[in-house]
Amino acid sequence: MTREVVIAGISEAGLDKGVFAEPVSVLDVQAQCATRAVADAGLTMADVDGVLTAGLWGMPGAGTLMPLSVVEHLGIKPRFIDGTNIGGSAFDAHVAHAAMAIERGYCDVAVITYASDQRSASGRNLAGKPPHLNMQFDSPFGLLTPIGSYALAAHRHMHEYGTTSEQLAEIAVAARRWAQLNPAATKRDELSVDDVLDSAMISDPLHKLDACLVTDGGGAVVVTTPEKLGTDARKKAVYVRGYGESVSHWTINSMPDLTTTPAAHSGPAAMRMAGVSHDDFDVVQIYDSFTITVLLTLEALGFCKPGEGGEFVSGGRIAPGGAFPMNTSGGGLSCSHPGMYGMFLLFEAVRQLRGDAGERQLDKATTALVNGTGGGLSSTATCVLSNR
Amino acid sequence: MSQDASTPSRPVPITDPATAPFWKAASQGELSLPRCEDCRRVHYYPRAVCPHCSSESLSWETLSGRGTIYSWTVSRRPAGAGFKPYVPYVVALIDLDEGARMLSNVRTDDVDSVAIGQAVRVDFEDMAEDIALPVFRPA
Repeated sequence: MTREVVIAGISEAGLDKGVFAEPVSVLDVQAQCATRAVADAGLTMADVDGVLTAGLWGMPGAGTLMPLSVVEHLGIKPRFIDGTNIGGSAFDAHVAHAAMAIERGYCDVAVITYASDQRSASGRNLAGKPPHLNMQFDSPFGLLTPIGSYALAAHRHMHEYGTTSEQLAEIAVAARRWAQLNPAATKRDELSVDDVLDSAMISDPLHKLDACLVTDGGGAVVVTTPEKLGTDARKKAVYVRGYGESVSHWTINSMPDLTTTPAAHSGPAAMRMAGVSHDDFDVVQIYDSFTITVLLTLEALGFCKPGEGGEFVSGGRIAPGGAFPMNTSGGGLSCSHPGMYGMFLLFEAVRQLRGDAGERQLDKATTALVNGTGGGLSSTATCVLSNR
Repeated sequence: MSQDASTPSRPVPITDPATAPFWKAASQGELSLPRCEDCRRVHYYPRAVCPHCSSESLSWETLSGRGTIYSWTVSRRPAGAGFKPYVPYVVALIDLDEGARMLSNVRTDDVDSVAIGQAVRVDFEDMAEDIALPVFRPA
């Protein structure tokens, strides 16, 4: 008999205009958030015996053996450590890995941490990786990173199915409308389909406003088993009912089919484990590095058929008041995007399932799907979460 | 953008034993890839073990240099300083006639004329000793 697994605590670092409101190092952000997330679960750092982390900071250097730096900074001695880094979906995969460790009794209380100061440190650029190993066949051609890979997928999807730039823009507009209900969101001013189409073309057919924000960000998630929790923490715990992950490539020339993301594997695996189907979800949180990421993921997960994504997201269906509540924080497109956004999908799913989402709270939020995407449409991790 | 305008500040491939023959063949005006002697498939990028069937029995084959565009984009900003002289430039995935797919550039004076399914043929831009970049032009 395996143990039940819950997300029992979350903490997200506050931002002001996209940069850390409290200026501290990426290690201190993680220590602060880990401590606060553990407190949110009614526990202390002394209870933590598992640490999972990923990020892009301090390399080469302190970030090279990232889990070691994080554990050292937290001042604990975990018996379960995981530094899986598969891009922005890593933290959603960490939930799966923590769940497996907890189910088996390998650890009891796991904390997942992340921080990025890419905005305040101006650490983001469009250039590729050093041209060695597999990247010697990528970087010399000047594909913009990461938008170029997504642009290639978008053009292919338009060619195969007639998807339009207007349909992609609807995804950015819906995200903005959700962000307008979220006081913590970075971008809350009005946005129209025309605004998206009139923004600068960066990598055809994707415009500047088809792309996510570039912000700082950090946080922590506590995964444990209900028996470790007090009465109050148990009441607000969110159950991890299913999980799945999949990776197929990094460089875009090795992606088998540009219109099918690995979510076609991770999604069904997670839903099968949870014993749920598409109609069971009250809210979904879909990684939105770019508008096309959302469209491809909805199709890969089976919320609509291949080629129907453009129509699916149109007409306000995914906006506030629509039939398909999605990315209710405003997502990476309008709330925040620190480079690896997968943990923020979990934050918003937990808030909705706890009833803590303020003005954007859905009337019914019992079961949620989270799907992270990382690399260049390279990796996905799907979680099915439920508040009972 | 002519071949002469190749600038050394574009990232120059750092080769390894499994890839050096690809870059060297390109410097001699040939597009060459490993073909698996077991599953008979060509693969890109070159490596020591076939990604299709895990065979280590591979032999280099000179290809026709012809293919079609599977997808494309235009970089409207440079991917680093070395690409500034090229903006705007086309980056595309090319389905080679022999079966492999490779990322490359399509050199054209009219970036808006590029289309999926368009026939292209290989050309080469010298980068360093024994290294040239295979790029494509409309056939």
